[in-house]
Amino acid sequence: METFIGKPVKRREDARFLKGAGRYTDDIKLPKMTHSAFVRSPYAHANIRSIDISEASKSEGVVAIYTGADSCGTFGVPCGWQVDFKNGETMREPLHPLLAKDKIKHVGEAVAIVIAETLEQARDAAELVQVDYESLPAVTDARKAMEPGAPLVHEDWPDNASFDWCIGNDRAAVEAALNSAHHVTEMEFRNQRLAPNAIEPRSYIADYDVNAGKWTLYTSTQNPHLIRLLLCAFVLGIPEHKVRVVSYDVGGGFGSKIYHYTEEALLTWASKEIGRPIKWTSDRTEAFLTDAHGRDHVVKSKMGFDKEGKIVAHLTDEYCAMGAYLSTFAPAVPTYLHGTLFQGVYTTPLIHLNVTAPFTHTVAVDAYRGAGRPEATYLLERIISKAAKEMDMDPAELRFKNFIPPFDGVNEPGYQTQVALQYDSGNYPEVLKRGLEMVGYQDFRKEQEAARKNGKLLGVGISTYIEGCGIAPSAVVGSLGARAGLYEVGAVRVQPTGKVSVFTGSHSHGQGHETVFAQFVADKLGIAMDDVEIEHGDTDQVAFGMGTYGSRSLSVGGSAIIKSVEKILEKGAKIAAHKLEAAEEDLEYAEGKWTVKGTDKSISFGDVSLTAYVPHDYPEGLEPGLDFSSFYDPTNFTYPFGTHIAVVEVDADTGKVTLKRFVACDDVGNVMNPMIVDGQIQGGVVQGVGQALLEEVVYDESGQMVSGSYMDYAMPRADDIPMIETDRTVTPCPHNPLGVKGAGEAGAIGSTPAVVNAVVDALAHLGVTDIQMPLTPQRVWKAMQN
Amino acid sequence: MNISITVNGKIHTHDIEPRVSLAQFLRENLDLTGTHIGCDTSGCGACTVTLDGAAVKSCTVLAVQADGGEITTIEGLANGDEMHPIQAAFKENHGLQCGFCTPGMVMTAVDILKNNPDPTETEIRHGLEGNFCRCTGYHNIVKSIQHAAEQMKG
Repeated sequence: METFIGKPVKRREDARFLKGAGRYTDDIKLPKMTHSAFVRSPYAHANIRSIDISEASKSEGVVAIYTGADSCGTFGVPCGWQVDFKNGETMREPLHPLLAKDKIKHVGEAVAIVIAETLEQARDAAELVQVDYESLPAVTDARKAMEPGAPLVHEDWPDNASFDWCIGNDRAAVEAALNSAHHVTEMEFRNQRLAPNAIEPRSYIADYDVNAGKWTLYTSTQNPHLIRLLLCAFVLGIPEHKVRVVSYDVGGGFGSKIYHYTEEALLTWASKEIGRPIKWTSDRTEAFLTDAHGRDHVVKSKMGFDKEGKIVAHLTDEYCAMGAYLSTFAPAVPTYLHGTLFQGVYTTPLIHLNVTAPFTHTVAVDAYRGAGRPEATYLLERIISKAAKEMDMDPAELRFKNFIPPFDGVNEPGYQTQVALQYDSGNYPEVLKRGLEMVGYQDFRKEQEAARKNGKLLGVGISTYIEGCGIAPSAVVGSLGARAGLYEVGAVRVQPTGKVSVFTGSHSHGQGHETVFAQFVADKLGIAMDDVEIEHGDTDQVAFGMGTYGSRSLSVGGSAIIKSVEKILEKGAKIAAHKLEAAEEDLEYAEGKWTVKGTDKSISFGDVSLTAYVPHDYPEGLEPGLDFSSFYDPTNFTYPFGTHIAVVEVDADTGKVTLKRFVACDDVGNVMNPMIVDGQIQGGVVQGVGQALLEEVVYDESGQMVSGSYMDYAMPRADDIPMIETDRTVTPCPHNPLGVKGAGEAGAIGSTPAVVNAVVDALAHLGVTDIQMPLTPQRVWKAMQN
Repeated sequence: MNISITVNGKIHTHDIEPRVSLAQFLRENLDLTGTHIGCDTSGCGACTVTLDGAAVKSCTVLAVQADGGEITTIEGLANGDEMHPIQAAFKENHGLQCGFCTPGMVMTAVDILKNNPDPTETEIRHGLEGNFCRCTGYHNIVKSIQHAAEQMKG
């Protein structure tokens, strides 16, 4: 019988995408549907003196115009995570209004919505809305936001801090260890602000059914149930059972489509006001101005070493921008998704991280692919490579000296870090060893030396990362400030004919769940993949769910489905035992049938399914049907790890960096579909390379975004990138049934420091020790001149 | 204005505003939603179609400019249920993830292989430089086009 786990099964979702038959939100047209456009602030910080909609209201096709003065102006979207100040003061959490009423707090903030018969009419009328602004000084830099006298984003509080936070060992102990260290390496840099840039812009259609009193919200989201919960319970106060949230095909998320945005709540509210469906689709500049951004940390760090090169202490202070309002997961990103990874893959005995999280006159910062972990990895992997150079050691050798020894989490216990987590299983030296072999490290060093003599600048950079994903145990995150549980739901409905419908709260926006989930369900039930269908993205179909982010779909969502499969097989065995007139314990299940051990007496899965729905000859007291739903709450995070190595050439005349090779040896635990895992790694790596070399959201002093289009914000294109060379080791996760760790973010977490390390390595003989990202030709050239 | 455009072999005559882009016309007037709009400024390439045999970004071509022209969109590429070799190669090589850039990538690949049936990896990458993909890192898109080139050589 054909099995599917571990095989590169081709994706079943591809046919519709390749034929142009995807079902993205903007593709949907409803009867009587209206269109909308937003009037957005051109100022970062301003008082709204007046809004005049009289001309706009008379414009052709206009159905309605709403401003903050309407009742929607009293609603705000909530934050989903609370991180209080170190001194116990509650996190400062401003109302995030659906439409700004009196005050503007970032460029692009919505002031009015114009609803019209056509999109062109809505946009024409939006241009006729007259807003009188009084422009005010703004602050967009996280560190400057905390300086005395900085413009206040929210005047309710005396300064711009939303919260501060720390983790790890006692600060004084860490400082003492640094003071007595043999060598201390210091770094100061900015982990620059990035725009996630899913190629599909955010898109929503809200449809209020006047007769049924029900809403349907079609939305490009990564977590439809979470949006429904927030929308109903925390924003509009409408009954959850009267709202259906549908998220069919979504064109990439990378974190930016996790959050509950003001536009989806406003459209939902307004569709009832006008009694018609309303569509809004962001344009690209609106996406730059209003989609949550990522990163934006200002970092100052010291790492101390003994004379053998063992790390003795690590101390870091960071300013991490929150933006003008707190997005759904924003406070968790520079704290629990960041500080908890400061152990890295090293035995560092003393660690302390202090975070200050200010408001800034910018759009919100929240989780972007990797979320806090790329920032932690960037710091660790850069500072270790910098230290190696300063101590005249090889960067690979310094890493080998400091690695946590291998442990499988079964026979050897998990590794307890200094920063709260317990790693599940890992073999960190092995992935570096493999990575070095793949790149031909020793030979490269000779090539580099020879090239230098000819004026050619080659460099190699290593990154050995770990990440915490598969989020997350609900009780743990609850104690850390999460306002939600982070379990997942998976239901398996066996139809009377033995065909199987699986309903998952995970959401696929490129990850291939329709294929991968069917692979393991088919295997566990011993049936054909064609007999398994995966349903997701519709709150009316799937009981509940927490959605897809944090590389959690397979480890948490998959585990929930496995639980339901186990319940199906358990009940199926009772039916089979009855039909076979045998004891349950005498049965075994394999290849889609229950067999009485040691005999040829068997009954197929299909026959048991039919019996469950036509229960004429049936076990006494057993309910008919074969349909189970399960919640799975993980017992720990999962901890993928790996080694990424970049080889670069720097143009000696222009400073342009060419990525010559990129090698990735990752360990994501057991692999369901290697084709999909490799694809996730390749894509993640290139996003990380984008941060290293190309990408940056830039706000000027007045708070104006100067990188708000694809003309101004550089992302990797096909000719910037070589083929990505991938390999893997497999260290199963010991605490979930599939032994999987998650692969969605690894690429973006490991790759960025590898590239920067490689460029610095290429220029080390010129005295270059660090270059601020992105490594544009101008910045690299300047570093070479100094 | 009245325009008459042949799309995927069928003539369509419509009265449209001069400001309507070809991409909007395809999506809104003809319901051919396979052509995607990712940026409106020719930056992302998700809206790529062929106009009189050459790849164009339909978000920055006005529908009136295409009057009298012949357009092929992603919906017009397959022969019934049989996928075009480039579509088949994308599936075979996992050349797509979320699928949003995919129609533009495939239509650009049609253009690349039409002009250069045996391209090198560098030529393929150069040919794709007007199209963003945020999911795949381009690795498998390049492989898909290499694979399609081999298949189409027959």
